[in-house]
Amino acid sequence: MTLDILQMVLVTVLAAATPLILAGIGELLVERSGVLNLGVEGMMIFGAAVGFAVAMQTGSTLLGALGGAGAGLLLSALFGILTVGLAANQVASGLSLTILGLGLSGLVGASYVGMKRDPAPHLSIPGLTDLPGIGKLLFGQDAFVYLAVGLVAAVWWFLWRTRTGLILRAIGDDHVATHALGLQVRKVRFLSVLFGGACAGLGGAYLSLAYTPFWAPGMTAGRGWIALALVVFASWKPVRVAAGALLFGGATVLQLHAQAAGLGLPGQLLSAVPYLATILALVLLSLGQRHGGSLAPAALGRVFTPSR
Amino acid sequence: MRGSFKKFGGALFGAALAIGQMPITPAIAADKLKVGFVYVGPVADFGYSYQHDLSRKALQEALPGQVETTFLENVPEADSERSIEKLARSGAGLIFTTSFGFMEPTLKVAKKFPKVKFEHATGYKRSDNVSTYSARFYEGRYVCGKIAGKLSKSGTVGYIASFPIPEVVSGINAFMLGAQSVNPNIKIKVVWVNTWFDPGKEAEAAKALLAQGADILTQHTDSAAPLQEAEKQGKLAFGQSSDQYRFAPKAQLTSITDDWNGYVISEAKAVLDGTWKSHDTWGGIKDGMVVLAPFTNMPDDVKAMAEETKKAIADGKLHPFQGPVYKQDGSIAVKEGENASDPMILGMNWYVKGIDDKLTQ
Amino acid sequence: MRLDLVPRTRRSSLLNLLSPALAFVAAVLIGGIAVAALGVSPVQAFVTYFVMPLSEIWSLQEIALKAAPLALIATGLAFCYRANLWNIGAEGQFVVGGLAGGWVGIATHGAEGMAIWILPVMLIAGTMAGAAYALIPAVLKVRLGVSEILTSLMLVYVAQLLLDYMVRGPLRDPAGFNFPQSVGFDPAARLPYLMEGETLHMGVLIALLAVVLATIVLSRTLFGFEVRLVGASPRAARFAGFSDARLTLAAFAISGGAAGLAGIAEVAGRIGQLQPEISPGYGFTAIIVTFLGRLSPPGILLAAIVIALTTIGGEGAQIDLRLPLDLTRAFQGLLLGLVLGADVIARYHVRIVPGGPSSRAVP
Repeated sequence: MTLDILQMVLVTVLAAATPLILAGIGELLVERSGVLNLGVEGMMIFGAAVGFAVAMQTGSTLLGALGGAGAGLLLSALFGILTVGLAANQVASGLSLTILGLGLSGLVGASYVGMKRDPAPHLSIPGLTDLPGIGKLLFGQDAFVYLAVGLVAAVWWFLWRTRTGLILRAIGDDHVATHALGLQVRKVRFLSVLFGGACAGLGGAYLSLAYTPFWAPGMTAGRGWIALALVVFASWKPVRVAAGALLFGGATVLQLHAQAAGLGLPGQLLSAVPYLATILALVLLSLGQRHGGSLAPAALGRVFTPSR
Repeated sequence: MRGSFKKFGGALFGAALAIGQMPITPAIAADKLKVGFVYVGPVADFGYSYQHDLSRKALQEALPGQVETTFLENVPEADSERSIEKLARSGAGLIFTTSFGFMEPTLKVAKKFPKVKFEHATGYKRSDNVSTYSARFYEGRYVCGKIAGKLSKSGTVGYIASFPIPEVVSGINAFMLGAQSVNPNIKIKVVWVNTWFDPGKEAEAAKALLAQGADILTQHTDSAAPLQEAEKQGKLAFGQSSDQYRFAPKAQLTSITDDWNGYVISEAKAVLDGTWKSHDTWGGIKDGMVVLAPFTNMPDDVKAMAEETKKAIADGKLHPFQGPVYKQDGSIAVKEGENASDPMILGMNWYVKGIDDKLTQ
Repeated sequence: MRLDLVPRTRRSSLLNLLSPALAFVAAVLIGGIAVAALGVSPVQAFVTYFVMPLSEIWSLQEIALKAAPLALIATGLAFCYRANLWNIGAEGQFVVGGLAGGWVGIATHGAEGMAIWILPVMLIAGTMAGAAYALIPAVLKVRLGVSEILTSLMLVYVAQLLLDYMVRGPLRDPAGFNFPQSVGFDPAARLPYLMEGETLHMGVLIALLAVVLATIVLSRTLFGFEVRLVGASPRAARFAGFSDARLTLAAFAISGGAAGLAGIAEVAGRIGQLQPEISPGYGFTAIIVTFLGRLSPPGILLAAIVIALTTIGGEGAQIDLRLPLDLTRAFQGLLLGLVLGADVIARYHVRIVPGGPSSRAVP
């Protein structure tokens, strides 16, 4: 019985962490290439709106998810043109993107308000899914969750086990030197930005297709910002993005459980727990490691312009 | 670089001041009453602001040719004074400001525009040209509580609450009193999510409550996420603000719906007739302001009980806060044979006996 | 085909002016098409959006009132961003400043005598609280190397919840039927109006003063030089003997103080009491303002006015033309993006080079 409750809590935590993982892992790759895209919230909410709209039109969750990813990709392409192509300021462009995405999502979603879909199907393997304690957790999730986990692994492998990944990281650390070596700085960055956009859009689509399967304006409720913070929390390491998302999601879910159990502390204090826990965890992590400069990609947020 | 900014800025201001001498007022058809609405959320929230916008549309249909309506959505409470004044300036003769946080700004603007009539929802301050209106949501919650008391097998109900304001607290209390009237041992678990609208967080709260043994959910937040969660897990739930049956056809028992149509139309008529006066309206089931969506997913006897309770409240035979009502600490709040006064309900910041949660003071 | 950008050695003031103008025209054209698609006259929309707000004394005041907190916060942020410090928590510092200063206003409610001291104490309390709150991420960064991006952002949510708790709890108006709001401040605790019967209050002057002060500090003082040098070349700054830690703390304190001052100016100015929500996102919008103004205080002032204008114009478009809020929001995003993109013309010689995927340096 208690094992089942524990499993239920863990399933909830994993589900709460999934949109953060999806958006976060995409942003991680973008930042590793040296670009800071603060427009995650905007791409996410646009992905949620378009994803739901496409799914309603076609009746297919898969196409909806692709639509959501495509929507994020489209917005990120605008961002890429501005920042990578035209060397515009990344921070301001990203924030403008958030405003644009919020507006566009409302326009796209307007005619889908008050509609519902069935949630994305969950995996069900006879025998395995019913395993007590771990079955639902390991074998009973929807496709987004497995995809998020897979993406974390894939990005890790790409960054640390492939030559292109090495190039990407090198570009993020020093675009002048890598450019001098003849590497295609802008192309790599632009593609990274697109990947990040698609991931953010997918994270949004997860919300409107699986987590709470309907469209509502502003339904991302700041998750894009949390995803951004998690990349920093993770010190730009893929597995730690997932760990951070689970920590944040876990703190959120646990404080709700604590309230339901009648802890009797002010709700505002408990609601602040996830934010404080994240700060505390990062402080503890930095206590554990030796001082040695910043862990951020050195060229993060800096404008690059090839002159020849 | 600095020089050019100065030039650009100077030009902008110069032009602005030049035009500033001749104020342009938009053309208004003199015979039509322009009615403005200020919403705190998006009209597409399918909840509170959505319901208010339905009344705007109903008004437009009820008095065609006589009124013209307009609205501002997603108005932040911290920045609402300008929005309200803008409506007054653009010729509105009647303005509905639909959230508690708009109270002071509404009064401020009303002072400046003595000829414009203002209607402020859920507040308590009035003036010569500011009326207040609200709905007795607690009446609906009492009915829901009774249904939950009958139907809960685990004896535990989950309550997803937004912010600890009197309206929400009186709702929890009324629900509890209703539930206790049929099951004295019923338990309510309250989770405060500190938001009116965050589908993800509301769903997480719903999951937490269901995991801790609640088999019926009720909510004082606006999204359909908790209902959907209940539906997914084969449990029951009450909707909020609008009829959310379509989101959870197997889970929704009923939904507490606000219906402002009648009020909005009658106020507009009063302005047109010249009979409008500042007043306070607190309407309930009887007035059609609080509407319960059709009772579904329950046995006939429970349905009959619910209908009966609803009717008794509408007829004034039953008051949700009918004495004796005891506070959490056991002290008496409403004496036997009395009903809670309106000011007491309006400012309620204590729990009735039997609720485990602690209220922040 | 590819695009080559060669930095201009000198910025021409003509191009500085031309590039935002071009972006503006492009945005208006795209917006015009969208509006026409909705069946609204683009000319009318343009007038409502950009001309009407500038055509009345009242709305000009509203633009100033809206631009003031943005300009004040952004001016402070410019110190951080110039030094490559990523304070994105101005929203939280704004809230804490409003809370601390407002607390003074509530505590002195109904007090006799000493009335002239109340307002200055409120402003100082707000500024100090904002600065102190900003020092949390700064100290964590300096001492432990914790990234300020994460801490400053997370502390925004904590500040909002703290304000929420205080207004619903300890600072609630005892005569307010337990509704979440404090007592209204006494007149002595309010920022005075600049003109009788109008809405413009002293907060606007405070913001202007801050802009002037920041301009002088950045261009004429050693500290300003230090900030600029660290931003331009951290290595050179280190060789010059400037301390990273001291600068980090100072820049955060300045930006937090400015945000806190903006917070209490808003609370003591327009709002006049504490309530659960005192900012419509000024702290976040100010980040765009800072960069749109190219990190220079006069530019920031102009950018703040533009943002205020588009917000108020958008409201007019909702009321008079019934254009959806989402459309005006998308337009605002589009306009900002185009202005940022068009800046390329002012900063670079743009060459379109046919053929060749990318430039390749010959080893």
